[in-house]
This record gives sequence, structure tokens and C-alpha cells, in this order.
Amino acid sequence: MLNPNLKLNPKIFDEDVEKDATRIGYGKGLLKLGQENPNIVALCADLTESTNAHLFAKEFPDRFFEVGVAEQNMAAVGAGLGVSGKVAFISSYATFSPGKNWETIRTTIVYNGANVKIAGHHSGIMTGPDGATHQATEDIAIMRCLPDIEIYVPCDAIEAEKATIAAGKTSIATYLRYSRDKTPFMTTTETPFIPGKMQDFWVSENPQATIFATGYMLHYALVAAKELEEEGVHTTVVNVATIKPLDLDGLLKFTNQTGAVVTVEDHQIAGGMGSAIAEALAKTNPLPIEFIGLQDRFGETGNPKDLVEKLGMGTEYIKEAVKKVIKRKK
Amino acid sequence: MNQLTNEKLKDLKLKANEVRKLLIEELDAACKNSGAGHTGGPLGMADIFTAMYFHILRHDPKNPDWEDRDRLILSNGHICPIRYASMSQAGYFPIEELKTLRKIGTRLQGHPHRTALPGVENTSGPLGEGISQAAGIALAGRLDKKDYKVYCLTSDGEHQEGNIWEAVMFAAKLKLNNLIQVIDFNNIQIDGNISDIMPLEPFRAKYEAFNWHVIDVDGNDIKAFVEAVQEAQNVKDKPVIIIAHTVPGKGVSYMEGNYKWHGMPPGLKDVDGAPPKDEQVKVALEEIEAEREKIVNQDL
Repeated sequence: MLNPNLKLNPKIFDEDVEKDATRIGYGKGLLKLGQENPNIVALCADLTESTNAHLFAKEFPDRFFEVGVAEQNMAAVGAGLGVSGKVAFISSYATFSPGKNWETIRTTIVYNGANVKIAGHHSGIMTGPDGATHQATEDIAIMRCLPDIEIYVPCDAIEAEKATIAAGKTSIATYLRYSRDKTPFMTTTETPFIPGKMQDFWVSENPQATIFATGYMLHYALVAAKELEEEGVHTTVVNVATIKPLDLDGLLKFTNQTGAVVTVEDHQIAGGMGSAIAEALAKTNPLPIEFIGLQDRFGETGNPKDLVEKLGMGTEYIKEAVKKVIKRKK
Repeated sequence: MNQLTNEKLKDLKLKANEVRKLLIEELDAACKNSGAGHTGGPLGMADIFTAMYFHILRHDPKNPDWEDRDRLILSNGHICPIRYASMSQAGYFPIEELKTLRKIGTRLQGHPHRTALPGVENTSGPLGEGISQAAGIALAGRLDKKDYKVYCLTSDGEHQEGNIWEAVMFAAKLKLNNLIQVIDFNNIQIDGNISDIMPLEPFRAKYEAFNWHVIDVDGNDIKAFVEAVQEAQNVKDKPVIIIAHTVPGKGVSYMEGNYKWHGMPPGLKDVDGAPPKDEQVKVALEEIEAEREKIVNQDL
């Protein structure tokens, strides 16, 4: 059942569940930060409305800088601001930032210790019709390998607003991952968001497997858990909203009883959240793992929902993976 | 900036001479520590670094985080040996520490790292990123209503990086007149002469077309350089680039103008036109000492 302690959205499984894109949460969070702190500045590379930075830009034109189609410059200008007492949010599509400007981010932001928040939008195959060029499916991998960075992947628009605000209050380089399409609200404004902590959204008396999910794919995982429950298969579903630093205590707590894991993400299975979980478990509690995500291939043009199915990431695939991983337990 | 009297100019020339000596000793140590180190660019920029740290910059070596300080951003991080030598000469850290360049555990990283050494304003090495960072710092100064200047040292070779031109457009769009770029125009890069590898000319016209105020100057003439910076400080509506024409390897005759000394320290290997490797450091120091005597004996 849904964890009663987290004040989750009671309509999660309903047809008419409220929906919005996580990028909307970014825009709202950034605006609130700007209202609270005059040192918040924002930059964008010709995608201001699409990344929802326009709310901030409109209210704080003196603190917003349009750099044009120039992601490397955006990153390093942000770095200059970030070492000068400002908290700089840089917004673009994740294939371009942190994709195209990765080395600039590595050198001038992360290694340089600049207080910059990299907002990567249009992540995953959820970007849909634009096709694989615009679907960032490697961004977690290329950010996760950097030292001295934190990574948040909010599961819905409400959590996205909280994650954005949380990032704006730290002084460390942070990667924030958002998606384009409207996805269901799983949390409410009452749901606690604690950076660095995993949360068990679905709980069972005697769980047989743990599903770790990140981003909007958490909804697919919850639907899978509910259907499995009806079939007599019991699971725990965990929201991994902070991918770095990974919550090692939570990881052990949520796998201790189950001894089997399925990871679910809209990202390549190489280098993503699943890899992070596997690396940590290999050192502490080795157990069978199945990985749901892009299986070493690019996405393609299509309606996001159809793509999730075509690329083997939908609810049925998650259920199959759970059954398979339970069988693999010794 | 104070007036540059003849007395002060002579003092700066002596300081530039001294920093060249420190630099050769630093690179000699780096050669022994690591078998590597950049020489040509640092020697060519010794006059400009001296003018910066001992005449132009508003700074306090004992308070490197002073919020009203002028910022000296180094974009082409590989010439950091001259930055380190100048900083130690100015009192940022003990001169003996120069000999730790490129050694494990040092604050003097092979390419400069902001959080390793107070007074280093930016981590750099990968080329083409300095102007953007300088623009961000200049913007922060504008937002905070500070009157500090941001000086950004760049190189000609790194202007082959596309991202430089992103920054050039940006600084011009925002009319960042508190940003002054100084480019070390010495026509060498690792693989050869810039005019052969990937020509930049017409360089001045490029910057003019991008709406920058452009000043050409002899980068090894301290007086002319200081005057160029004075002109730059008074430009109101544009970012400024001072194209400093320098001689790579300046002050050591067997290195001057030879691209092979771009990334090699003295004493590493035998090179055509240079003394045998075991004598390279000695000869360099002798030439610098001879130059010092010439400066001492010059009339004001």
C-alpha cells in the first residue's frame, strides 16, 4: 500500500490524477528562490519559456541573462557569477547542458567550486516527438561521475519545486533533472522532501523485492507494485530523488528484508541511477538486480507513452523484472 | 592606478627581471619534479604580470578574498608558472614554495586550481573558458555595484576554440566595460606557429566587428602596456581587448620566438639552437643577470 506517513497524493492511481511537467516545478521554485534571495541569478540559452525560466526572467530582468545558443558560455559565465557570491541557475535541454558543455561544467563549475545549479530539461525519452537528439538519456551518467556535485531527479512537479528550492539553498554544484511532458502527481505539498534521503512510497508487510525508481518513472513502478500486490507479489517501491550523494543507509534498510532489486529510470541503464545502486550494493549487500531503462540503444520519435512501451520500460516490463529477480534469489 | 614615474618604471623593469629569474628556478625545480613545465609563454608574459601585480591591480596579498579587489583571471592556465612566480614575489606565499611546482601535494598544481591556492581566481587549463568566467565575475560586480575591474589574460592560440567567440559576443552585448581582456599574442602554439596551424588574422578586425574596443601594444614594453590599460580603464560602453604582442621566451635568447619552448622546461633535453641541456638553466640565469645589470645602469 502507499506509505501512509508520507502524505502522498490519494489519487495516484486514479484516471483523473492531476498532472504537470517537472519543468513547471522548476519555474515555480526558481521564482520563489528569487523572491527570497537577491543573490539568485539565472541564465538561459535560448530556451527560456520551454525551461520555465521565464517566470524568473519576467520578475527579475536584472538578474536574468540570456546568453543565446551558447551553452559553454552559459556554464562558464554561471561559474564566474557562482564564485562571486551569486547562486547561478543555468537552464537548457540536458542534451546541450550538461551534454554539449560537459568539460566546461567539469572545469569551471564543479572542480572550480562555483555555486552553480545546472538545470537539465527535456530529459529522457519522455521528450518524445523531438526524437533521440533531444532526449537526454546519458546525463545522469556524465554528471554522476563527477566528484563534488549533488544530483536531484524529482518525481513530479511538486517535488521538482521543492528540489529546486533545496538546491538553491546549498553552496555546492548541483545537477537538477527535469522532463518535458505532464506526468502524475504522486506527492503533495505536505510530503516531506529531504535532500539525500530515499523514501519508500509503497510498503508491504513482507516484501519480496525492492523497486528503486527515479523521476516520473516512479509512477510506472507504483502501478506495477499495486498490480503485483493483487497477484500476491509483495514489493517495496522507493523514490530515489537524490542520486548523489546516494542514501546508503536507505539503500541497506530497503533491501535488507527483500534481497532482490529492480531499478527503474528513463535513462541508459549504463551509468544511471541503477548503476549507482548496483555499485553501492556490490560493496555492501550483493544481491540480484534487474535494470529497467534504455537497454544500450538510443530513443526515437514518438508519443512518450508509446515509447515507454516500445523501449521495454512500462508497467508490464517492470512486473516481469520483479518476478524474474525474485526467482534469481538463492 | 598611480602615475608611472621613471623611477617606478625602472623598479618594475627590475621586478620583471627578478621574476624571470624566479621563473627559471621554478621551472628548473618543476623539471626535476616532473620532467615538464611551460616556459615560452611565461617568459613572454613576465612584463605584463609584473605590471599587473606591482602597478595595475588593486589587491592585497594578505587578504586575497578582499571583495573589492580587482580580479586577474587566467584563461590559458598553462602559463601559470609566471602567475605563481609573480604571486610569490608579491607576497601571496613564500618564494621557496615555487620549487614545489608540479610536485605531489603542492598548492602549485600543474594547471592552476582556484581552491588550492588563495589568490588564484579561477581553475583553468582547458582553453577558451576564461572570458566567460571573467564576464560572469564582471556581471556580479555590476549587480553588486562594485567598481573592481576584471582583467582576463588569454592567448592567441586559444582563440581557435569556438567557445571564446560565444563569450566575446556575450561581453559585447552586455557592454561589460569593467572587463579588460589582455591577449598574449606571441604567434606560437604546441604544434607550430599560429599563422601556419590555424591563422587568426585579421585579428584586430574580428574584435572590432564584435564591438570590442581594441588596443594594440608591445607586451614587453611595460610603459606602453600601462598606458594601454589606462586607456582601457576609461572606455565606457564596451569591453576592451589589449592585444599584447609579446616575444615568447623573452629574456632568454635561445628560447625567444621558438615554439619548441612552449611546453618544455629548460634542462629537459638538447634542442637545436640552445646550449646542451645541462647548461640551459645556467645560461638562462646568466642572461637574466646580465640584463639586470643593464637595467641598473640605465639612466632614469
